[in-house]
This record gives sequence, structure tokens and C-alpha cells, in this order.
Amino acid sequence: MNPIPANKLLWEEHLPGGNHWSGRLRRGTALRLTDLQGGANVSALFYNAEQPLERYNMPDTLKSQHTAFLTAGYVCQSDMGRVLCSITADSLGWHDTWCGVSDAAMVLAKYGEKRYQEHRNAMHRNGRDNLLIELAKWGLGARDLVPSVNFFSKVVPDAEGALSHVPGHSAAGSYVDVRFEMDTLVVLSSAPHPLDANPVYAPADVQLSAYRAEPVAADDACRTQCAQNGRAFTNTERYVASTGVAA
Amino acid sequence: MSKLLESTLNPADAVLDQTCLAGDPWMATVRAGQTLRILDLEGNQAVDTLFYSAANAEERYSAADTIARNGQLYLGLGSKLYSSEGRVMLTITADTCGRHDTLGGACSSESNTVRYALDKRPMHSCRDSFMYALCHCREAGVLGMGKRDIAPNINFFMNVPVTPDGHLSFEDGISGAGKYVELKAEMDVVVLISNCPQLNNPCNGYNPTPIRLFIWD
Repeated sequence: MNPIPANKLLWEEHLPGGNHWSGRLRRGTALRLTDLQGGANVSALFYNAEQPLERYNMPDTLKSQHTAFLTAGYVCQSDMGRVLCSITADSLGWHDTWCGVSDAAMVLAKYGEKRYQEHRNAMHRNGRDNLLIELAKWGLGARDLVPSVNFFSKVVPDAEGALSHVPGHSAAGSYVDVRFEMDTLVVLSSAPHPLDANPVYAPADVQLSAYRAEPVAADDACRTQCAQNGRAFTNTERYVASTGVAA
Repeated sequence: MSKLLESTLNPADAVLDQTCLAGDPWMATVRAGQTLRILDLEGNQAVDTLFYSAANAEERYSAADTIARNGQLYLGLGSKLYSSEGRVMLTITADTCGRHDTLGGACSSESNTVRYALDKRPMHSCRDSFMYALCHCREAGVLGMGKRDIAPNINFFMNVPVTPDGHLSFEDGISGAGKYVELKAEMDVVVLISNCPQLNNPCNGYNPTPIRLFIWD
């Protein structure tokens, strides 16, 4: 693992498996997600922090980069043709973009009931409610819930499109670095992936490490991934230049 | 490729029969038990489509739920279209095309700047048609809909294959003149369509054309 220099580190936080988190990450900062035990899944949504009507858009992200998954060198595009964040490092090579999150009925059917009343904070949580709880803290709700990035999870199609979840994809210590190109509201759920075949509810814990990123160079790997990314960075820089967001 | 199945429904018996011109939006209500047919009149026409619960637009078509719950990346005969609340909204009951996409989303003036060139922004786009429909269609007004309600859609008649190594490509359309897809509504739904005006890629054969919509009781 490529350690984060101590003088760049802003903060660290422990996100237990099955839990949820949200926060604002400014342009020029980055967030490292580290799978602590192996088998983690982090469903992530990204919104323009000053106007959350602008949000991560799965189809725009996939079609402009001609990819069905995310890894280092790819960006998460908003529905407004801009880059919310870039993936600058990745030890895994594939993060799922298609499958969204589990809901309460799905978790109940798959893992059985584990309520707060008996189990306290070891209760089962689900992806949809996790995201809704965090969205509500920012005045957002079900209308703002769109397909997420599922970090640490890999789902592959066969020639006919039938999907299978790849078990054991993420080992303990796997990490992914996300650099923010706009002031971004980040909403996370660490509940299991909806297609996770493990019959036991055992989502891994995740370490969140925020740090100051290096300025984006002209030859930045995410910017130069394809001509489309170059134009999305140009759109982002125009937005930053005209809205007074910290450069 | 999914199986093909022709419909037994007779257009003469339809309770609705309308044409949506190239590049136009269209919005209507389909009641539980009714069947909607989308007919590609001249072939190779992408039809960008969203569904909402007619009772509450917060419950809407969910591409992610549909993919995960069907365990399938493409839509075809028998596919169930799931809502954001995990309920089946519609089922594909007849299909003469064979595959439909739900990864490619809808074009917009902003995404056109990224995908093609910064100066493509003024070109007509699906999401501009969606915005127009939100401002003008009765159903959108009744449900209080706005941009927040525009989520990733279905592209009927569009082919976006993903290779096992995760490469995504936009193939030439597999539809042809007269091909259609039929959906039976499992709940009262509002359907919002943009008959795609995209001219920068082959999804409409570089020549957007009209579609015809039927509803049967």
C-alpha cells in the first residue's frame, strides 16, 4: 500500500460494516477507503455540495469512458457533464456500478431478522435505508437516490448478460483513493452488496482516510484517460472558475 | 439474445393509439392490467423511457434494482421492471426485437459536450425533452415532478453490450421497421418517453424517426 504522508492526512474514521456515513469533501481533497477484514462493500453516492440536484450519474460515467466498471484512471461524472471525483489509486481493478443497494425486505429474506431490540448495534442494516438516513441529514430523500458505485464489489456478466457476484474479490487491506474535483457531498453505506452470495451477514469494516490531494496536473491519468474525460475536466474548471468554489 | 414472442393483441382494439414524432417527448398513464406497446415504425430508433408509480412519483423505475433483482444486464421477454421500492412495475410480455438496454441512460446537452465536443451543447437531447415534459405534461404537474425525478432510464430498441472484461460499447441498433415491445403494467404507472433525437452516434441510425404507442385494457 502507498501510505498517505502524515502532513497530508486530514482525518481518519472507522466505518463499521453495515453502517452509514456522509460528509462534505472539498475540491482538492481525497478520500481513501480501505477494506479492513476483506469482503467489504461500500455503496457510494456523490452530489454537488452546493446544488445537490447535480449528482453522480452512472450511465453518463460509463458511456463516456466506455467502461462498465470503475478503477484507477476513471472518473465519476455528474449528470451535468462535470467530474465530481476521480479514482486516483486502486489495488483492486474493478468496482461495481450496476447493482445498487439492498433493501430491508431483501436483507430480511436473505439473512433473517436481527433487530435492534435484541441485538443492539449488531442489528442488520440495509443499503437503501442506510443511504436514506444519511440523505435525510442534508434535506435529501428517495428522489435523490440513484444507482451507486459499489466499491470493493465485482459483478460480471456472461455473453447473454446473466450476472454473477465474484466472491473473495476484495482482500483485507484493499483500498481505493477518490479525489474530489468539486465540493462534493459523499453518502456511504457499508451494508452487503445485493448480489453477495455469502449466506451470513458479515460486511467488513472500512477505514476512511481524508487527505489533501496534489493539484491535478495537465498529464493527470484521469484527465488523459480519454478525450471525453479531458472535456469533462474542462467543464468542471469552467464551473469552478465562475462559481467561486475554492480552486 | 432473449427469446422473441409476437403479441396476440389487435391494434384495432387499443384504447389509445398515438404517434410520437422524432425527437419529441410523450407522457401517459397506464393502469394496472393494461398493456403498453412501443412500436419502432421505421427501425433503429432508441426510445428513452422512465416509469413512475401513478400514486407517488417517488417510487420510480430503478435500473439498479431491475439489474440486480433479475440478475441480468439486458432487458428482454419476461424481464420484470422493478421500482426503487423493490416492487414489480411492469413485465415485458411480448418482444420482436430481442434486447433492450438500461445502462446507457439518456443523452443531454451536457453529456453531449463530454462525449462529442464542447460545442455540441445546443443540440436537442433526451433530457431536454424530459425537462420539457416535466413543464408541460399533465401527469408531471399532478405528481409534482421535477429534475430530481429523472433517474437512469430504459433504452428500448438500443443495444449496449458489455464484454466479460467490462468494456461497454454502443452497437448499431438491432431493431428494424415494425419491431415492438409490449409491457403489462402490474401497478398504475406513468410512462415518460423521449423519442431520442441524438444525431452524434448510431443509436438512431443517424436519422431519428417516429414511434407509435398503443394501450390495451
